[in-house]
Amino acid sequence: MKSFQGKTLSWQVREGTIELSLDRAPCNEIGSETLVELEKFTAALEALQEDAHALIILSTRKEGFCAGADLRELHERSQALGVAQRAAGVRDFLERIHRVMNALDAAPLVTIAAVHGVTFGGGLELALVCDLIIADKMARFCFPELRLGLIPGFGGIPRLKRDLGNAIVRDLLLTGRSIHAAKAQSIGLVGQVVGDGDALRAARTTAAQLGKFDRETAIAAKRFIKPVPYEELRREIDIFCELFTRPAVATGLKKFVESTEALPYLP
Amino acid sequence: MNTLEQTTDEILQLAARHFHVPREQLNASDDFFKRLGINSLQALDLLTRLEQHFHIELPDYELQGVSDFRTLAERIQSRL
Repeated sequence: MKSFQGKTLSWQVREGTIELSLDRAPCNEIGSETLVELEKFTAALEALQEDAHALIILSTRKEGFCAGADLRELHERSQALGVAQRAAGVRDFLERIHRVMNALDAAPLVTIAAVHGVTFGGGLELALVCDLIIADKMARFCFPELRLGLIPGFGGIPRLKRDLGNAIVRDLLLTGRSIHAAKAQSIGLVGQVVGDGDALRAARTTAAQLGKFDRETAIAAKRFIKPVPYEELRREIDIFCELFTRPAVATGLKKFVESTEALPYLP
Repeated sequence: MNTLEQTTDEILQLAARHFHVPREQLNASDDFFKRLGINSLQALDLLTRLEQHFHIELPDYELQGVSDFRTLAERIQSRL
């Protein structure tokens, strides 16, 4: 499929670049529907690569790039299941989302996350699979999972460890605080910070520049400098599943979903 | 360094400008969620603008329970 319009995302090839646009209200929360469409995208990627040298992942939602996993869906589905079924359900979801993330991470083209606004949890994990992150100055990054008694489950910790120093990984993970784009650039998470609303334009310009380089060389360079941490990713799934069935997680999810606090996104 | 009053005034000016509320309608004791009519995502947007304006980092957990401009100014002041 050279182009696709789904319920949660769409894609098209534009001047040698695949543009994967997330578009699900309110802020591209990743639930089962998004997962199915992401799987469609990774299945189509091989054919799309024939006409493209780069991939840009972006959001059409003004609120931000992606607020992470769909916790409301997770809570509702978990409530309807027993402990064993709940664990099996979440493992199945994680196995599938990891296959998507791993395919994007290792894709033989240069990948760019063009982010703005909220880039939290699973949204940050999606950005982390990309080779480059270009952020507008209003972007914010956060791993709030510990608030729920969990760790990031879409491959966040192994990829953050791959890219950044352990001290900043601990800071982000253990405090759950959000950081702005300039800070994210200063720690090496973000490559370029651009003006408010300018991330997609900058990503397109960057993708156009990359198109001037020999593609085989670019892919060889990417494979050399960006190994996919498969073993740690497997371990992450196991730890997440071990933690998920604890009562503290159900309590945390319920509290989040039912929260009337002004700042439910804050850890 | 800014006094607390100056910091508060700069916050009020920034909030008024960004959320299109007349400055004279904002007071230091106002609940900024109610006064500006903002949700949690817009509050994060305000936090980012304040961090940029004052050249600080303000961990968002320091804002838990903070809803008025004056207390917000105190939190920012402690980071200047």
